[in-house]
Amino acid sequence: MNLFFQQVINGLTLGSIYGLVALGLTLVYGILHIPNFAHGALYMVGAFMTYTLMIDLGAPYWTAMAGSAVIVASLGILLERLVFYPLRHSPPIHHKIAAIGVLLFLEATVQLFWGADFRRITSPYHGILRFEGLIIPEQRLLIICGAIALLIGLQYFLRKTMTGATIIAMAQNRDGAFLVGIDSNRVAMMTFGISGALAAIAASLYAPINLVYPSMGNLVIMKAFVIIILGGMGSIPGAILGGMIIGFAEAFGGFYLASAYKDLISFGLLVIILSVRPQGLFAKGAH
Amino acid sequence: MLYKLGTLFLRPSTKYVLLALAIVFPLIAHNEYQVYVMATAFIWAIAVYGLNIITGYCGQLNLAHGGFFAIGSYALGLLTADYGWNFWPAFLAAILISAFLGFLVGAVSLRLKEHYFAIFTLCVGFIIYLLLDKWEELTHGPIGVRDIAAPHGFGLVDFTDTTPFYYLVLVFLVLAIWFMGKLSRSLMGRTFIAIRNGDELAESLGINLMRNKVLAFILSTTYAGLAGALYAGMIRFIGPEEANINHTFDIITYLLVGGIGTISGPLVGTLGIVWITQSLQFLEEYRMIIFGPLLVVLVIFFPRGIVGSFLTWMHRKTQEMGPAKKRKESKVTPSATREAENNA
Repeated sequence: MNLFFQQVINGLTLGSIYGLVALGLTLVYGILHIPNFAHGALYMVGAFMTYTLMIDLGAPYWTAMAGSAVIVASLGILLERLVFYPLRHSPPIHHKIAAIGVLLFLEATVQLFWGADFRRITSPYHGILRFEGLIIPEQRLLIICGAIALLIGLQYFLRKTMTGATIIAMAQNRDGAFLVGIDSNRVAMMTFGISGALAAIAASLYAPINLVYPSMGNLVIMKAFVIIILGGMGSIPGAILGGMIIGFAEAFGGFYLASAYKDLISFGLLVIILSVRPQGLFAKGAH
Repeated sequence: MLYKLGTLFLRPSTKYVLLALAIVFPLIAHNEYQVYVMATAFIWAIAVYGLNIITGYCGQLNLAHGGFFAIGSYALGLLTADYGWNFWPAFLAAILISAFLGFLVGAVSLRLKEHYFAIFTLCVGFIIYLLLDKWEELTHGPIGVRDIAAPHGFGLVDFTDTTPFYYLVLVFLVLAIWFMGKLSRSLMGRTFIAIRNGDELAESLGINLMRNKVLAFILSTTYAGLAGALYAGMIRFIGPEEANINHTFDIITYLLVGGIGTISGPLVGTLGIVWITQSLQFLEEYRMIIFGPLLVVLVIFFPRGIVGSFLTWMHRKTQEMGPAKKRKESKVTPSATREAENNA
């Protein structure tokens, strides 16, 4: 029972991180219909920014995380301006190739400055909570609570504020949004900014129980893609639900089946699901 | 003046000049290493031609291409090293295995459109990498495969030497390009282009989308498998890193720099980049700092690459020259103008 509960905690932790990354990916897809292959690189840059701010500049954990979120959000906005905006009338294959170019560039640049070594971030929350025989590491609890808080905040922003409503409007109907005078440039930049910030926060939350290295984003981004395909591309609840499905599948599959093949589980799921339902699990129509 | 120079490249005789240059290359090269680099570049070019079929002609971005290259390598390596096969039967088997797996993956993945297909194949590429890395009983895991047999020379030639192997690769490259040329002029090639220009339009012309896409996919994985098998025969030591996603990205860069959807683009792009990287050896590890932005700049400003941009420029010039001259020119360059039209 205790082991089972441990896996529930692991599943929730993984699911929260995957959900946050997938959320950024799905927001960008919903607005601009770009599968941003560079999103994993933004996640990686986020982890390195937190690392540098904490280790080299001595900032506290939370300040470093906020700083990293701002830097990566700016990077996201810059990408939108420099790379994706000039490509807005190109065939979709060009977006994907450009995004791959950005991914390669960011990975190589980080490797040039920080090297390919594995690094570790120590968070101030390395204690362990004990509750009636159950063990919960503080950082994992922080990840779960942090993800929930972010989701509620984002939901509030998108549903209750005017600025957030412009994002939803543009995702629902581009032409309609233009007709009522929504500035598409502003929405696109904002979406990239939010998506970058989410990736940086997810990376900063997860880094203390994981390692930081230049190719750390590759596996995460592929899983995030699996998640938004599961949940329907562009769907926000789908990204969160999909994140939890993959998180739990990995936690339980890795524990009860084979841990060597843990990473294969999500891809195996994707292959099976897409073979049966090419339009995704929860998507309403095929794209 | 530039235009005159340009027409030189479009003459049908150019390819024979290039072939002659390729044949004498080992004789004029400074050392064996250069021949070795050229042979490697030719092998990559074959793989790039494969990607050109599915991505350049058929318009489906396949991100598992490097994975199929690795499958070709591993099939040859495992059959010769672990099961004691001779090189040539194993070589044939490697190509057939790549084609068959291409059929399986294509049949599932090509039901998906655009982004879904690209993401799915990205995951397939990663699954291939994970299997090569983790399935130790079959693939030896991270240790890789050693003692891969060299091509059997039947007592006539020794393919463990660099120069004979170079000619072997050259033969396969010429075959690959020849087939590509045939394909691009055939009904099948035109069908692929119709699919690239739009699924609905192609379907309304009575094209069976699924069958043609799967066919293009099988052709492309066959090319990848062929290149992978040649690579294993030359290096004779392979590891799971063959399937690293960066190899797929390398192949995409070669294709895009040369010119996506053109006959000569893959060769121009691959040779150009391989030699530039060779002369900037210190860059090896950080080459992506240059390649990454290069990819972005190319898709924004020159989406047709070197060959595509050149052909469009020549095409425009030809039209500016007036109709009389145009007739004369088009007599010289029927295939080139056709290629330019294909790109338009």
